Formats: sequence, C-alpha cells, structure tokens
Amino acid sequence: MTTADTTWRARLTDRAAVLTWVREHGVYIALLLLVVYNVVATANFTTVPTLQLLFSQLPPVIIVSLGMALVIGTGGVDLSVGTVMAIASAVLAKMVIAPGQGGFGAPIAVAILVAVLAGLLVGVFNGVVVAVARVQPIVATLGVLVAGRGVALVITGGALVELFVPFFKVIRLGKFLGIPYVMIVAAVLAVIVSFLVRRSAFGYRLLAIGGNRRASVLAGLPVKQTLITVYALSGTLAAVAGVIATARLRASDPSYIGLLMELSAITAVVVGGTALSGGRVRILGTVTGAVLIQLLETTLVSHNAPDSVARMVEALIIIAAVYVQRPTRRSR
Amino acid sequence: MTTPVLAVTSASKRFAGVRALEDVSIELHAGSVHALVGENGAGKSTLIKLITGVYPLDSGQVRLRGEEVAFASPRSAQQAGIATIYQEVHLAPQLSVARNFFLGREPTRFGALDLRRMNNEAQESLRRYGIVADVRRPLGELGLGIQQMVAIARAVSTEASVVIMDEPTSSLEPREVDRLLDVVALLKEQGVAIVYVSHKLDEVFRACDTITVLRDGRLVSTGATAELTRRQLIARMLGRDAADLEDGSRTRLAGRRNLPDAEPVLRAEHLNRRLILDDVSVVVRPGEVVGLAGLLGSGRSETAKAVFGALPLDSGTVEIEGATMHRQTPASRIRHRVAMLPEDRKAEGIIPGMSIRDNIGLAALPQLTRAGLVSRKRVDEVVKTFMTRLRIKASGPQQKVSELSGGNQQKVLLARLLCLNPRVLLLDEPTRGIDVGAKAEVQALIAELAEKGMAVVLISSELEEVVEGSDTVVVLRDGAQLGRLVGEEISEDAIMDLIADAASEQVASEQVQTQGGAQDGPETESTVSEK
Repeated sequence: MTTADTTWRARLTDRAAVLTWVREHGVYIALLLLVVYNVVATANFTTVPTLQLLFSQLPPVIIVSLGMALVIGTGGVDLSVGTVMAIASAVLAKMVIAPGQGGFGAPIAVAILVAVLAGLLVGVFNGVVVAVARVQPIVATLGVLVAGRGVALVITGGALVELFVPFFKVIRLGKFLGIPYVMIVAAVLAVIVSFLVRRSAFGYRLLAIGGNRRASVLAGLPVKQTLITVYALSGTLAAVAGVIATARLRASDPSYIGLLMELSAITAVVVGGTALSGGRVRILGTVTGAVLIQLLETTLVSHNAPDSVARMVEALIIIAAVYVQRPTRRSR
Repeated sequence: MTTPVLAVTSASKRFAGVRALEDVSIELHAGSVHALVGENGAGKSTLIKLITGVYPLDSGQVRLRGEEVAFASPRSAQQAGIATIYQEVHLAPQLSVARNFFLGREPTRFGALDLRRMNNEAQESLRRYGIVADVRRPLGELGLGIQQMVAIARAVSTEASVVIMDEPTSSLEPREVDRLLDVVALLKEQGVAIVYVSHKLDEVFRACDTITVLRDGRLVSTGATAELTRRQLIARMLGRDAADLEDGSRTRLAGRRNLPDAEPVLRAEHLNRRLILDDVSVVVRPGEVVGLAGLLGSGRSETAKAVFGALPLDSGTVEIEGATMHRQTPASRIRHRVAMLPEDRKAEGIIPGMSIRDNIGLAALPQLTRAGLVSRKRVDEVVKTFMTRLRIKASGPQQKVSELSGGNQQKVLLARLLCLNPRVLLLDEPTRGIDVGAKAEVQALIAELAEKGMAVVLISSELEEVVEGSDTVVVLRDGAQLGRLVGEEISEDAIMDLIADAASEQVASEQVQTQGGAQDGPETESTVSEK
C-alpha cells in the first residue's frame, strides 16, 4: 500500500475532513453535476435562448445573495430582502408614473436612485434595530418581512401596476459583447463585495464581529456602525435587485416581486460555504450557490415540476448545507 | 502491584505531521489518584482523548482490565466505565439539576418521565458527595462549583471504574476546590482509578498518589508523589534545572524599583456602580505597576472594565494624561492608548476562526488602514515583529488561533494590545490557565514594559504574582476598596490581613443568616497562605 493510498483512506474515514471538504467544494461539484444533467436530459438546454433566459434570471438572486453573505458573515440574517425588493419596486413605480395618475413623473434615473435609497433606508432601520436595540436579527428582519410588503402595497395602491419605461428595455435586453448588462452589473458588484471582504477594514471588522462580538467590542471595533453598514448594504443590494426584477416584469407587483427571495439567498450563501454562525464569508461560493439555485429552479420548471416542488428541493438543500456546516471537532 | 485497571502502552499520535504524543505509557490503579501534569501543549489533553476514544491512536495500545480496547467514541468509553469530567461543565443549564443528573438515561414510568424518582435519587446521590441543593431548580442557577459537582456525581453514578478529571478546578473558588478534593478522596475509597489533570501544584500534591509529567508530547517521569519535591516537579515540567528557577525568582524579587515622581497617566476616581463597585479609585504613574488584589468577586475585573469603558458607571471619572474621558466605550480608551487584556480569553479575547495574524492586527486596524483598505504589508510587519518578540509558537501567522495552546493564545492577545503602543495596560489575569514557561515569560514581559515607562494595572488571583509584580497594591472586597499598599508595605500577609479584617467585621451580621458566610474569611485565608 502506498502512502498516498493510506492518506486517502484516512481522509475518507475521517468524517470531519470529509465534511470540511464538502463544505468548501460541494457547491462547485453540485453545480457541475446539475449542468451535466441538463446537457444530457433537458431538451434544448444548450440553445442560446435557454441560456439567455437563465442569464437574465440570475442577476437578482446573485445581487441579493451578496448582501445576505455579508449579513450572515456577522452571525445575523436578513429575512427582509424579498420585501425590500417589493418596496423598491413600488417606490420605482410611484416615481415614474405620471403626476396625473398618482405618481411623480420623475425621470427614470431619479426614480431608480430613490428606489435604491428606499432599500438603503430599510437596511439602516434593520441595522439600528439589530445593533443598537440588540434585537435578534431573525426577529428584527422578520418584522420587516411581514410589514414591508404591506408598505409596498400601500405605495402602489394595492395592485399590479404596469410600467411603460423605455429604459426597462435596456435593462432587459441590453448586451455588451453578448453579455447582458444586468449580468455585468451583478459581476461587478460581486467583485466589489469580494474586495470589501478580503481587503477592507470594514470586511475585517465584519468577520471579527461574526467570530466573537464581545471580543470585538473590547478590541475597540466600531461594532454598531459596522453592523448598521452591513444591513444597509444588504438593503441597498436588495433594492437594486428589485429594480432589475421590475424591469424584467415591466410592472410593479408588490405581492409577487421578491417573494421567497430570502430563502433563495440564504440557500445560495450557505451552500456556498459561508458559516451560518458568522465569521466566515465566501463570495465566489455565494455566487456559485446563487447560480445553482436558479439553475435548479429552471431545471425543475423545464421538467414541468410545479414551483412548490422547487421550494421543497431548495429547503432540502439548505438542510444539507447546514448539515455539512455543523461544528466539527477539531484537534485539542 | 495489582493489575492496572487501565494501561496505556507506547501511545503515539500526530496531527498533520506534528507530534502531539510519542511513546507514552501510563498505568492507572484502582483506588489511586494519578496526576497528569505538564505545560500546555505537553500532550495531556491528547492522551485523555486517546483513552476516551475522541481520537484513534496512531500506534500503541489501551488496555482496560488487561483487555485491549479501542473506543470508537467517548460514548462507548463511557459505557465501558470510563467517565470524563471536563474543564467546562457540559450540561444543560436550563434543565433542573435532577434532569441533568439523569440526562440521557432518564427513568420512565408508563412511558413518561418518572420525575419523583429522578428527584429523589438525584438528591440522594448528591447528598453522598456533600452537595445540598434543590434538585428541582435549574442547574444554571447554581454556582459553578456546584455545577461541576453535579457533573462529577453524574459521571460517577454511571458506575465508572475510571474517572478522568481535566482541570476540574479551574473555575472554582478555594472552598469549592476543597469540596471537590473531598469527593476525589471519596471516589478513591470506593476503589475508582482517577486521572487528575491540573495546573495547580497545590492540588496535585494534596490529592494525588502518583504524578506523571509530560513535556512536548513525551513522558518525562512517573513516580510516587511522596518522592517528589515541588521544585523537582516544576523543573521537570519546564525541562530546566531546579537551580535555575531559584536564581530566577531571586532576581525578580530584587527588582522593586524606586519610581520617579511623574504625573499619573491614569487617574480613575470614585468609580461607582450599584452593587458592583463602591467608590474605587486607581491612580497609576508611568512605569508603575498597580496590582488589584482581592478574592473572587471582589470587583477586580469590574474595576479594570470600568477604567476601560466596558462597564457603565453610575458615577466616577476616568482621566488619561489629564484628559477626562467622556465616552464610556472601549474604542474611546483605545484611541487614548489604553489597552485591556480581558479575563476570559475565550469569550472576550480571541476570535477563534481567525488566524493569528488577523487576531493580532484587530485592535490596531485604524493605524494599519489607509482609505479603508488594510495594508497587508504593514500588518505582516507588525505581526512578524510581535510573534518573534513574544516568542509565539505556531506553524506560521496564518495558523488559526483556536489551534494554539492557552499560553500562545494569551501571547497573541498581548501582541494585539502591544501593537497599539499603549500608555496604559490593564491586564486581567494575564497568566491564568497558561503553562509555567509561558507564565514566566509573560511576567518578565510585564516587568519589562513597566521598566520602559508603561503604566500597568495587574490583576491576578495569585497573591504571589501581585505581590512580586506590583509597586502599589489596591486591595478590594465586595466592590469596595479596603486599602492601598505601597512599596515595602506590600506582602501577602499585609493583603490578607486587610481582607481578613474586613471579613471579621462582617461576620457578626452574616453569622445569623448563613454558616457559610462566617467560614468565608478564615477558611479562604488558610488556603491562600499555603502558596
């Protein structure tokens, strides 16, 4: 028996090592398997229209997941992201609709800016409730999840509002070198967030707070500011996703936009290897996780499975991901 | 001698190629207490984990009553009669004492929990170990000492023939330690083989029949306690000559200095906080070491936290170099170059998932950051400097801090403080739970820092450390200041006299209420003076 042979054996029998490996690389393997499955079993999967559809569906999930990864990195969670998308959508509608029809008739650039600001504001609110009032993140953001959609419905007057904005076509169909604009936006945001996590003092603090909040306070870190910033970023990113979703739908539908997005985002983040307990953030893993979730939904739809089945599969994936994340015993 | 209950032969274990234990053999006999001592990282924990099936052995054997065993998990070791009591109590604090006592093997009646039987039996068992507590109350409401006893009683009630105690007294008060040692004696009488791991040599000499010394994963010696002196034992643990130690302690004692009459750099006055601090003042000049002495719960840590802005005050002022502190936050103190080493290394100090490098750089981030970006180069420089200066033993700066021994973790935290270039250092139990070698290094470092003009506040539950290391000692009891000793006035006797005097004043009032209160003073005194 060779040495390599024995180490492999040892590794395979050491459950902790296997779990760690799966945690770090499982998402890439899973995505690969899913792609292979689709190439083989899904009709027309490798055609341009199918891939374009997938690409156009991806950006909102990716963008929301980026913010979620930061929040989860602090040991928190942001359940309000889907609602924030709806609020941003409602605000956008209210801004662009002509004054005669109950809107402000603002230029689209202003309208998008205000919609994103609305998301930032909700995020700051979440952050203050979590950091200053010290309410558990899950409870604080659950409150917004429930109340926020009501707010969005009030803004739009309770119904789906069709929007005729020329710029939406650019968001929907615009391409640079064959890549949709929205995909480029998502990629740029992912690079920025990844850079923040790896290189900035903010990212450093965020991980320290997630690792040990009490120690971070005693090390003099601005814990409250950092937490508020993290939730504000999550809200802002969710609002950007809300704008994109609205453009795709060509309408603001507060009761539908962003629905169950928190589930998809949390799954993407956790599947990607970010620790639910905080202190570790994986951006590439998160993006891959988001692609995985979206592709999974697409796959199920193209095989005529109902949407509810997609949710059930997603829930199973979350459980599996959290399972491999369980604290494993380390040496000492 | 009789056949050993448990024998470990030539046990070896490596982690990722690093030796944790090599060729170690020990024998445990019925009715005998076997001490396992050594610095952190000597291999004590690894040995225990090999015995209890947490890790598999790389080579070697474990024999239980002559038969070779290899436990797949701690649970199967437990079923075979090997009970382990860890440093921290691994029980459910919300559940009642009785529920905890029976955790995992609850008696049932018609499929439901037989609560009455649980309560009765738990009460009965605990009484045998001298624990009088209402077993229906949640465990978490009891003191740590009693919780530890419950853990022991629980472990032993499963008919264990081997009981392993891994630093059982590290969070106990002297009186609770006495009680725990009584339980150890009782178990010994019942014919149980006991492994006792401790840093506290007093306990080892009081309770153990045999002492095994480990160092760097190897067995140094095994022998009867009676044939070993304290000095020999320390020397074996450190791998040094006994004579060296003597020399070292002499120079340290001679090192008391005359301080220049400089203006105080820290002036914390009339600190008050309801039920916690009662008019405590601490004034420290540059180069001065002010010790805070007192028993557990006397307000030592709270004083340091109040100075550091981590404990909200009802009243009182903190001045750093003449500037009054308005904001009560640690961040504001760090900006004024005050740094604190917290008492609880795990809960308040290290960020376990982060590397040594990131843990060291944490507090100095603002200085190491430009335009929001952390300068990798400058962090690496600082980290390298302090890892060398404090002699932090690790595979490299990227190693996770949670993988280090206690002593090295403490050095990482000290490095975190020192790269702030502080003027005032608040050190809360800087040498607790770290091995003898690291302890000497940390003590020397404190002396060196003071020599260079740093103002130091030193808290230690070891009276000797406070007496030897301090220029001034503030004595506390129940959050109030009993007195201040300066220079030649400082001695263990003087400090204990102050505490004992204050205690005797209280005895009269407490005597009526509880018997424990009256015993408090003299009993603690006798325990402390043994050191």
